[in-house]
This record gives sequence, structure tokens and C-alpha cells, in this order.
Amino acid sequence: MVFARSERPRLPTAIKILVAGGFGAGKTTLVGAVSETRPLRTEEVLTDRGIGVDDLTSVEAKRTTTVAMDFGRITLGTDYVLYLFGTPGQERFWFVWDELAEGALGAVILADTRRLADCFPSVDYFERRGTPFVVAVNCFEGATTFELDEVRMALQLDPSIPIVLCDARRRDSSREVLITLVKHSARLRAEPVGS
Amino acid sequence: MRPDDPTDEHWVDPEIIRPYVVTRGRTQPAHGKFDLISMAVAVGPPPGPDAGLDPEHHRILQLCREPKSVAEIAAHLDLPAGTIRVLLGDLFDRELVSAQEPQSEVDMHDMKMYRAVLDGLRSL
Repeated sequence: MVFARSERPRLPTAIKILVAGGFGAGKTTLVGAVSETRPLRTEEVLTDRGIGVDDLTSVEAKRTTTVAMDFGRITLGTDYVLYLFGTPGQERFWFVWDELAEGALGAVILADTRRLADCFPSVDYFERRGTPFVVAVNCFEGATTFELDEVRMALQLDPSIPIVLCDARRRDSSREVLITLVKHSARLRAEPVGS
Repeated sequence: MRPDDPTDEHWVDPEIIRPYVVTRGRTQPAHGKFDLISMAVAVGPPPGPDAGLDPEHHRILQLCREPKSVAEIAAHLDLPAGTIRVLLGDLFDRELVSAQEPQSEVDMHDMKMYRAVLDGLRSL
């Protein structure tokens, strides 16, 4: 017997984390900082599920749009592969996120304190959808250092939602953001996994 | 500008046409429903040039010697994810790839998964 069909290579389980935030908030930078390769780009045709997530009857309201996404990969041992997707920053694409958010472990919302309002739609969206998320305040050089509490107030974040400072250019800093998200998501969906 | 003028090369954009030529106009895979993170891996010996496959099929098989997601294959072949789904469906049909259906997606309440991800991230 030359080829054992039953011994097909085992496929790792793929996990998805979304990186959201306003245009220029550093989404692709963060993806690139932690990924094992430079960020890749893919195009996907996404479909609007209708006006309002729950309204499945409004078939005629469906729209499709082609969206370019930057993404990266982190291989976690032999069993898991983590994919980070930078979601489209433009607000006009918000309606396609549903398809991207499906099955995601959670989301990182990158906030730029110079344009804090840019991340309102993301906060709003993930809150409504019930997707676990954390807010990472990207500290750009020369940016005004907001107190995290001020950002939390401005975004009207629930006290249970983690908010952290980060430098999206740095691998260790971006990695900490992801760890915060995974812990938060585990807390919400499973039992605590320790610190 | 006359549409039948053979010198007018700008009436169609080859970048738009290529994905449809590659799939011969098909927009849905024959089998399998793959999302962006569905993983695929080549199985068995690589088919020869007489296997009736297109160059893109062969490139996918080459890429998928190690497990790759639909998104990665699309990025490497510079084709839209939808096109890759169709081509993967062909290969899946011929048992040349083993692929994950989105239904088998990760259980978000699986403690083991969270631990593995945390361990993996910490050791980066």
C-alpha cells in the first residue's frame, strides 16, 4: 500500500479575529506587527443581509459589494491557526461586517485619540452583535495622551469591556492586545482561563 | 470610440474578466461551501499535466502542500476569494484536496481552544 487514504493530513482549526477602527487607525500595522508574514490582501464579495440584522425577510434590500481586506496569519502549534482580518475602515461598508464577524473569536477596535469618533460605528456594531471586543488606544507619536478613563467615557463603554493602550507598530504591544481580547472572550463565553 | 474597433483595448478591464475566465463563468463551487478561513490541504500525489486541470488548480495544489485558508490562496494567486472557492470545489470533487467546511468552525465555548490560543500568543 503506497498511499494510506485514511492518513490524510489533519487540518488545523482556523480562528478569526477582526481588527476594526477608523481609517488610518493602524489596523494593517497591528496585523503586520504580530503576523508571521507581511500582511496579505484579499478581495471578497460580501452581501448585505438586509436592513437590520434580524430582518431576514427583506431580500430585496440585499446589496453586494467588493471589499479589500488586509490579513495576517499566526500559526499556533499544529492544531490552530489564527487569522487577523483588518476590516474595511470606511463607514459605508459597515453592513458587510456581519459576514466577517460570523464565527469570529472577537474583535480589536483600534482607537486613534485624534479621531476618536471614527471608532464609534465599530463599538456600536460589535456591541449590538454581541461579539466580544476590546478597545486598544493606539498611541501615535505626538498624539495627545488621553486618559483611558476619558476614552472609556467618550465611547460610553461598559465597565466590563477592556480598554488598553498600545503601540500597533510593536509586536509585544500588539500581542498583549490580542491576549487581552482572548481572555475577555473566554470570560464571556467559557469559564475563566486564569491569568 | 467604436466598440468594434480592435485597437480599442480599454472596453473591458482584464482584471475584471480574469476571475470569470478562470472559473469558466461559474460563481459558485460545485461542492463545498468555503468561507475566508476554511482550510484546505492537498492530498495524494500531485496530478500530472494530463489531468485536465487548469494552471490555477495546479497552483492551488502546490500552495496547499501545507494547510492554507481560502483567504491565503486568494492572496497568493491574486484572485478574488469567490474564484478560489469555485476552484477549490473542483479539487474537492476530485479528492485532490481535503477541506474544512465552515460548519466545522471552532466552538467558541471550547476551553481547550482558548488555552491553546493564549499559550500560542504568549510564546510569540
